[in-house]
Amino acid sequence: MSDHLDPIDFRLLNEWQRAFPLVRRPYAEMAHALGISEESVITRLRDLKARGHVSRVGAVFRPHVLGWSTLAAVAAPPERMDAVARVIDACPEVNHNYEREHRYNLWFVVTASSAGQVADVLTHIQRQTGLKPLDLPMLADYHIDLGFDLGEGHIGQPPPDAPVR
Amino acid sequence: MSARDALPEPALDEIDRRIVQATQAGLPLTPRPYHAVAERLGLTAELVMARMAAMLENGVIRRIGVVPNHYALGYTANGMTVWDVADDRVDELGEAVGRLPFVSHCYRRPRRLPLWPYNLFAMVHAKSREQAQAYADQITALLGDACRKSDILYSSRILKKTGLRIGEGHP
Repeated sequence: MSDHLDPIDFRLLNEWQRAFPLVRRPYAEMAHALGISEESVITRLRDLKARGHVSRVGAVFRPHVLGWSTLAAVAAPPERMDAVARVIDACPEVNHNYEREHRYNLWFVVTASSAGQVADVLTHIQRQTGLKPLDLPMLADYHIDLGFDLGEGHIGQPPPDAPVR
Repeated sequence: MSARDALPEPALDEIDRRIVQATQAGLPLTPRPYHAVAERLGLTAELVMARMAAMLENGVIRRIGVVPNHYALGYTANGMTVWDVADDRVDELGEAVGRLPFVSHCYRRPRRLPLWPYNLFAMVHAKSREQAQAYADQITALLGDACRKSDILYSSRILKKTGLRIGEGHP
């Protein structure tokens, strides 16, 4: 558990990753469960968001609900890494770009309203950088998304002798 | 449970699409968030809630809740584990990997031979590389001899991470 979270913040983060109430005053319902005020729930969530601990409060949609996306990677020569990254970051259709330790060292997600537009972005990046991106669209999604347990050594980490299922 | 393939797309009508667009960056942190969304869209809060409940039911929405930022919470060892798994076993094994509690995303993707031999991707988040490696070792044990080759790619820098727009996560 992070040092910066008090127990109520931790519960907000860990216990409310799903089943956020679909009622007129959801924060009031959370407040009731936590034994604090509605205003306090809202203030804490705003604060967690401002500190970067919370990305957002809301729905997690299944992939490709409103368009198309792909995971792409390029192998940038180390001396050109920053210039190549700038080309990729400048594309508004790129919403994640991570440097990773591998020959394919820049990994980014391209999201647009159609597969054709996604392909156009990859072509643009290839023309601007001379590097052909790997295009690795999702073919199947195997993760049943229940949220991510932040409590160490409990659900997030089975004991060493637990059968791997 | 069967693999949720990328296609076919679920049927969304215009109202659903507008609700998805209006809420994909998050719900307002105000006492009546569904009313705020409804007001922006010219709908009633009851309709917004009913449509979101229906999308939750049919899988368009996976969950509604607080979305933590793993990195800011100390999970700084972000390992993209990649595996070359026999095609006739990848669905069954992918589902097993996807159920592991430390895996946050698990997808099948195309190989791009000879450059890229891996067809199964599982993202693990840990507080140290040692822990991430221990998680990868559990996946290795689970895949057994169906896996020919694997690698783990750690992120060394986040160059860009913007609010989600049309897509979600790392699809």
